Amino acid sequence: MTNYKSLTKTFLFSALIALSISFSNNAVAQDGKALFNSNCAACHKLDKDMTGPALQGTLERWNNDRQKLHAWIKNPMAFLKTGDKYANDLFIKWNKIPMSPFDGALKDAEIDAILDYIAKGVQPAATGGDGKTAAAGQKAESDNTLLYGILTVVLAIVALILINVNKNLKRITEEQPEGYKGVAFWKNKTNITVAILALFIVGGYLTTKGAIGLGRNQNYQPTQPIYYSHKVHAGVNQINCLYCHGGAEEGKHANIPSVNVCMNCHKAIHEYTGPALTDADGKEVNGTEEIQKLFKYAGFNPQDANSWSADKAKPIQWVQIHSLPDHVYFNHSQHVAVGKVQCQTCHGEIEKMDEVKQFSDLSMGWCVNCHRETKVQFKDNGFYSIYEKYHNELKSGKIDSTKGITVEKIGGTECQKCHY
Amino acid sequence: MEKKYWQSFGELNNSEAFQKSSKDEFKEDLPFDPKKGLLEAKTPRRDFLKYLGFTTAAAAVAASCEVPVKKAIPFANRPEDIIPGVANYYATTYVQDGDTISVVAKVRDGRPIKIEGNELSPLTKGGTSARVQASVLDLYDGARLRFPATYSGGKAKEQTFAAIDKEITEALASAGNIVFLSSTINSPSSLEVINQFLAKYPASKHITYDADSYAGLILANEATYGKKAIPSYKFDNAKVIVSIGADFLATWLSPVEFARQYSKGKKINDANPEMSKHFHFESVASLTGSNADDRFLHRPSETGAIVASLYSVLQGNGVTNIKDAKLKAGIEKAAKALADKKGEALVVCGSNDVNIQIVVNAINELLLSNGKTIDWSSTSNVRKGVDADFATLVDDMNAGSVGALIVLDANPFYSWYDNAKLKSGLDKVKVKISLSSKADETTQQCSYTVPNHHYLESWGDAEASTGHYSFIQPTIYPLFKTRQWQDSLLKWSAATNDYLAFLKTYWTTKLIGSSWDKALQDGIFVKDSAVATTTSFNASAVNGAIANIQPPKSGIELRLYQKIAIGSGQGAANPWLQELPDPVTRATWDNYLVVSPAMAKTLLNIDLTNSGQSDSYEVNPPKKVVSIKANGKTIELPALIIPGTHPETVGIAVGYGRDKKVGKTVVDVDGKSVGVNVFPLASVVNGTVNFDISNVELKVTDKKYPVALTQTHNLLTTPQGKRTEVVKELTLGEYQKNTKVILEEREAELGAWGGVKNFREEGSIYKPYDKPGIKWGMSIDLNSCNGCGSCIVACHAENNVPVVGKPEVLRFHDMHWLRIDRYYTGDKDNPNVIFQPMLCQHCDNAPCENVCPVAATNHSSEGLNQMTYNRCIGTRYCANNCPYKVRRFNWADYTGSDSFPNNQDELNNTVHYMNEDLTRMVLNPDVTVRSRGVIEKCSFCVQRLQDGKLKAKKASRPLVDEDVNVACAQSCPSNAIVFGNVNNPESSISKARKDSNRLFYSLEFLHVMPNVSYLAKVRNTEESANV
Repeated sequence: MTNYKSLTKTFLFSALIALSISFSNNAVAQDGKALFNSNCAACHKLDKDMTGPALQGTLERWNNDRQKLHAWIKNPMAFLKTGDKYANDLFIKWNKIPMSPFDGALKDAEIDAILDYIAKGVQPAATGGDGKTAAAGQKAESDNTLLYGILTVVLAIVALILINVNKNLKRITEEQPEGYKGVAFWKNKTNITVAILALFIVGGYLTTKGAIGLGRNQNYQPTQPIYYSHKVHAGVNQINCLYCHGGAEEGKHANIPSVNVCMNCHKAIHEYTGPALTDADGKEVNGTEEIQKLFKYAGFNPQDANSWSADKAKPIQWVQIHSLPDHVYFNHSQHVAVGKVQCQTCHGEIEKMDEVKQFSDLSMGWCVNCHRETKVQFKDNGFYSIYEKYHNELKSGKIDSTKGITVEKIGGTECQKCHY
Repeated sequence: MEKKYWQSFGELNNSEAFQKSSKDEFKEDLPFDPKKGLLEAKTPRRDFLKYLGFTTAAAAVAASCEVPVKKAIPFANRPEDIIPGVANYYATTYVQDGDTISVVAKVRDGRPIKIEGNELSPLTKGGTSARVQASVLDLYDGARLRFPATYSGGKAKEQTFAAIDKEITEALASAGNIVFLSSTINSPSSLEVINQFLAKYPASKHITYDADSYAGLILANEATYGKKAIPSYKFDNAKVIVSIGADFLATWLSPVEFARQYSKGKKINDANPEMSKHFHFESVASLTGSNADDRFLHRPSETGAIVASLYSVLQGNGVTNIKDAKLKAGIEKAAKALADKKGEALVVCGSNDVNIQIVVNAINELLLSNGKTIDWSSTSNVRKGVDADFATLVDDMNAGSVGALIVLDANPFYSWYDNAKLKSGLDKVKVKISLSSKADETTQQCSYTVPNHHYLESWGDAEASTGHYSFIQPTIYPLFKTRQWQDSLLKWSAATNDYLAFLKTYWTTKLIGSSWDKALQDGIFVKDSAVATTTSFNASAVNGAIANIQPPKSGIELRLYQKIAIGSGQGAANPWLQELPDPVTRATWDNYLVVSPAMAKTLLNIDLTNSGQSDSYEVNPPKKVVSIKANGKTIELPALIIPGTHPETVGIAVGYGRDKKVGKTVVDVDGKSVGVNVFPLASVVNGTVNFDISNVELKVTDKKYPVALTQTHNLLTTPQGKRTEVVKELTLGEYQKNTKVILEEREAELGAWGGVKNFREEGSIYKPYDKPGIKWGMSIDLNSCNGCGSCIVACHAENNVPVVGKPEVLRFHDMHWLRIDRYYTGDKDNPNVIFQPMLCQHCDNAPCENVCPVAATNHSSEGLNQMTYNRCIGTRYCANNCPYKVRRFNWADYTGSDSFPNNQDELNNTVHYMNEDLTRMVLNPDVTVRSRGVIEKCSFCVQRLQDGKLKAKKASRPLVDEDVNVACAQSCPSNAIVFGNVNNPESSISKARKDSNRLFYSLEFLHVMPNVSYLAKVRNTEESANV
C-alpha cells in the first residue's frame, strides 16, 4: 500500500509543476497580448493593415533592432528626425499620419513584451461566424440527463452481473455444503424485487425527465459572429432595450437590430475602452477588434466616416438563441407594450450578460405558470373596461384585490391564446 | 305536408344509400372485416405492434437528434416602414382580361399573402370574388415564365432583355404590318403607351380579343345608342330584375359589383319588409338562376323568342313563338311585374347576338330604365372586344398581310373556335412576340417571349368604368426575370422613360384634388358625375332586329357556359379554384356534361325516382361518359345530372382542357389534361361568337369517368329528418303578413324546453358558463348569400387550408373549413335552391368537446371552440360527434410539414405543387401548418381576433367592430356575413341579431348552443314556402 502512496505523491507533484509552468507561460504571453490589445489594437492588427500597418514581422523589418523600435514607439515624430530611412518611408506610405507617442505610457519591458507577442504571430481567430461547434457542445450538455440515466441503468446491470459472478466464484471456492445458512442476501426475492422496482423508478424518472427536456435549450449560449456584450451596452452604457429591439413594442418579434442601427452609435465609437471582456471560456476578448468586425459588415471605413451610407451594409448572421416551436404563437408587443412585462422577466439579467444565454427554458409549463400568477393591467388599460363583472367583484371584494385579475382569469391559459 | 328539402337525389327518395351515408361520418370502411376479426385484417394486430414499436423508436431517434443551429439574420438596413413580423397593406388592383377589382394586398415580411377588397372603391365596396382571392397564389406559380426567351423548334433559349430588345426592334422595323393583340385593357396610361407604340410603327393597330365575348351587346349599343360601349348597370336601383341567361352574380361582366348591388335589394328587415323581385330565364342551371325568385327553363335557341315576346307583351301584344306553357306564363308574369315597376326595372340578357341585345335595349327603353337602372354617364370598361375585328385579323394573317403579332394575355389559340384557320394564319406571321406571363397555348406559337409581371409586381392603373380609376403598385420585388409589358412596349417604341415615370407624368396633371401619393395610398380616384344620365335611344334598328331573330329550333341543344372559378380558363392553373366546388354542381377538378333529370332518364337510363338507380348514380363517383357531337366535332365527357336544366338542353363549361405547360393543376392523374376544351364547338353567327349549339347528338358510351363531387360529402341530418331544422326560408308574402313566422316556428320547436327565451337554461341540467368580456358570434344572412364561393377561397388563403387533389376529393377527404351547402326544394326538374354556408358553429355546448379523449378540443371563455393541433391524436371521435359535419381530418401530409415522406405517397401532383418552396411563400406565418393525423376546422380566424384585441389593448380602449373581421366575412361581395363581439350591444352582430325576427340557429333544438346564427331566406314568390 505504501507504494501506492508514494506513486500518488510523485504524480501529484509533477502535475503541479507542469501546471505552474503552463500558467507562467500563459502569464507572459497574456501580458504581451493584453498590452497589445489595450495599447495597439485600436489601430493595429497583426495580420492586416488597419489605421496603422499590420505588425506581423515588425522585428524582421527593423532588423531586430529593438532599441530603434523602442525609440520609434516612444516618440515617433522625434525618431523621424533622426533620418531613419525605413521609418521615414513608412511615414510617407501612411499618408504622414504619425502614431501617437507612448513615452511614459509604456515601459521598456512592456514594449518588449508586446514585441514578443507580435513576434509569435497570428493565432487562429478565436471566434468566427460559425456557432455550430459551440452550439453543438451546448446541446449535448443539456441532453445529457437522458444519457446519464441510461448509463446508470446499464452500469448498474453490469455491476450486478459482476457482483453475481464474483459471488458465484467465491461460493465455489468456499463451498461448504454442510454449513449452508439459508438464501444469500442478493438471492432473496424480496430484495431483488425492491432493487428492480427502485431501478425502474429511478430509470423511469430520469428517462421521463430527459424526454421532457428534449428540444429545450435552457442556458444555450452559442458563439456569435461578433462578440456583442449586452453588459457593455445595456448595463454599463444604459442603452434602453427598445432602442435596438423596437419591434418588441410593435409586433410579434423583438427583432435583432439591423446594421444601420448599430452604426447610429458606432459611426462615432471606434474603439472599446471599457473594462476587459472575457468570453464564455474565460478567454479575453478585444472589444475594439469586435467593433472592427461590425465595421466590416457595415462596409464602414473609420478613416472616411462621412462617405458611409447604410446601403453598403451586409447583414450579420447572428445565431438564434430563443426559439419557439412552430405551433406556438408568441407576440412580444402583447407582453411588453400591453402587459408591461420587463424584458428581464423572461430573458434574465440581460444587462449583466456579456454573451447572451437562454435564461428561461421556454417550456409551456413556464409560460402557463406566469400567466397564472401575473396580473393584467386591469384598471389602467381601457380594453379591460368591458369586464364589468370583474370590476364589480373587485369593488365588492368578491375577488381578492391583492391577487387581482390574473391573465388566467381572463382566459390567458386557454389553448387558442397561443396555439392556432 | 312538410316541404321537402334535398341535397342529393338519394335524399329526395330517402334511399338506402342516403340513410347509410347520413349515419357515418367517414365514408371508408374500417381496414378490416369486423366479422373476421382483427387478425385477418390487412394490417393485423401484430403489424400494428410492429408499427407502434417502429414509430416510437423512430420518434425517439428523431427527437434525440441535435437541434440544428438556426441563424437569425436581420435587415442590413431596415426600411423605416417595415417591421419584421408586422404586416403592411398596400392598395392595388386585380386586373385580368378586363376584370378589374380594387384590392388591398397584405404583405408580410416582403411577401403578399392575402388579398382583400378595397373598401374605398365605390364599385365593389370591399367585395371580392373567388378568383380575386385566389390570384395571390398565381404570383407564386412555378409555371410562370422566368426569363425572356427566343423559341425555335419548340425550345426556349434564355436571352437578356438587352439582347431580345435589340432583336425585336430590328424585327419590328422590317416587319410591315404590326398587330398588337390583347384582351381588354382598361388602363388609361397603358392605352397611351400603346398609342405611342402605334405612332412609332405607323402600319400597326391594336385589336382587342375577349374569349368571353360581349360583342353582341357592344354592337347593339352602337346600333341603338350610338356608343360602342357597355353602360353601367345599377341592380340596386331595380325593384324588378329580369335576366335572360345573364349569369350576372357569377360570370357576366362585373359580377362582384353586381353581387353587391343585387344584395342591396335583398337586404330586408322587419321594419321594412320589401325586396327586389328577380325572374330568371335560363337553359342550364347557373348561380344567378339558382338565386332567382322565379326561374323558367328554355332552350338556348328560344332566347330570341323570349326577348321578342317580352317586348311584345310589354307593348300590349301577346307572346310569340313560345310553345312551352310554363315558359309562356313566365314571360307574361315577368312582363307584368316589369310593367308595374317602370323606372325601377332592369332587363339583362347574356346572349351574344346583336339582334337580341337590340331588342333588350328596346325593352329597357320601354321600362324607362335608361338613366335609372342603366347608367350611360359612366360606361363599363371591363370588356371591349369585338369578334369581327379578330375574325378579320385571322383572315389578314391567312392572307399574309400581317408581319408581326404582339400578344398580351389574349389566348385565342385556346379559345378561338376555328383553331385550324388560326394556326395556318399564325404560321404566316413572321414575327410573333408574346408578352404573356405563362407559356399558354398562344404563347407556345410565338418565337419571342418577354414575360409580363404578375399584377402584384406591377405599376399601373385601371378604369373599370368611366371616371372610376384604380391604381396598381408593386407589393413584392419581381420574383423572376420578367418585365412589365408597358416597359417592353416603351422600349420598342424607343421611348426614354420607363413606365413608372410615364405613369407618374400621366397622372400629375389629371389628379384633381388628390396627390399622386394619396391616390396611390387609397388605390382609388373617382372623377364621377355621380348623377345617372340618359342617352337618346335610336329605335330604328328595333323592328329589323326583331325580324332577324332566329326562330326556336328543335332537337337537343348545347350551351357552353363559364364556371365562376375557372372562367374562360384563367382559373385553370390555380389549385384553390380547381378544388373550389362549383356552387351549382358541387363538382371539383373537371368539366362535364350537365344534363337534366328528365334527360337522365332518356339518355343515361337513370330514373331518379327509383332509389336503386339514383343511388348507383350518386354513390359511385364514376359517371357514364357521353359522346357529344356538335358542329361536326365530337368530344366525350362524363354526365352529371343537375336539376334546373332544360330537359332538352345540355351544358358544358369552358376553360378546361388546357395545355400542360400552363401549370401542374391542369394535368390529371393519368397525365392527360383536366377536362376537355369545348371552345372549338362554338361558332360565329352574324359576326359574333355564339356559344349555343343546336342539333347536338348525344350517345352514351360504355366508358365511365370519376367526377369528384362534394355533393354527398358531409351530410347532416336530424333525428326527425326535417331539413327545416337546418335551414329555414319563407316567402315575402308570409313575412309581410307576420314578420314573426320564423320566431314562432322556433318557439314551437323549443316549446318543450322553455321556448326561445329560456332554452339555454332549461334545455340542460348544466348551468351555462360565464362569458365575461368578449363573446364572438357570427350571423349569416341567407337572403344575401348567393353562394359565389369567394369566402371558401378566402378561408383557404387565410388559414393555410390544404389542397388535397382530385383523388382525395373522390375519397371524401376534401379539407374546406367552410362549405356552401346547396339545398333543393320543390319541383325536381326546376327546383328552388338555397345556399347555406356551413362552418364550425362554435357551439357553447359543443358535442365534439365532450368526446375528445385528450382534450385537444375545448371551449374558450370567448365562446370559441378551440382546436389544438399539437394535442390532437387523431381519434376523430369529434368529427363523428359533430352534428354539422364541419371537422376535417388530415388523412395525409398535404402540406409537407412533417418529416416522413411516406405520408405523401398517395398524393398527386397538385398537392406536391402546393408544397414547393415557391408556392409555400403564400402561407400565412401566423397560422400553424397542420401535419398528418390531426383534425382541423374553422377557428373563427382566431389569429385575426387575437390581433384585433391586441390593437385595442395597445390603444387602451374597448374592442370595436373595425378591429376584427374574419376572412370569409371580409371577402363577401354581398355582405352576407356579420362578425363581432356579441357582448357589446353596440356591435353590428348584436344589432343584426336583435333587429331580425328571421334569426334562427341551425339544429337549434339539439341544445348545442351554436355561436353562428342565420337569417332565414325570403323568397319573393306568391307560393307559400312551407307547403
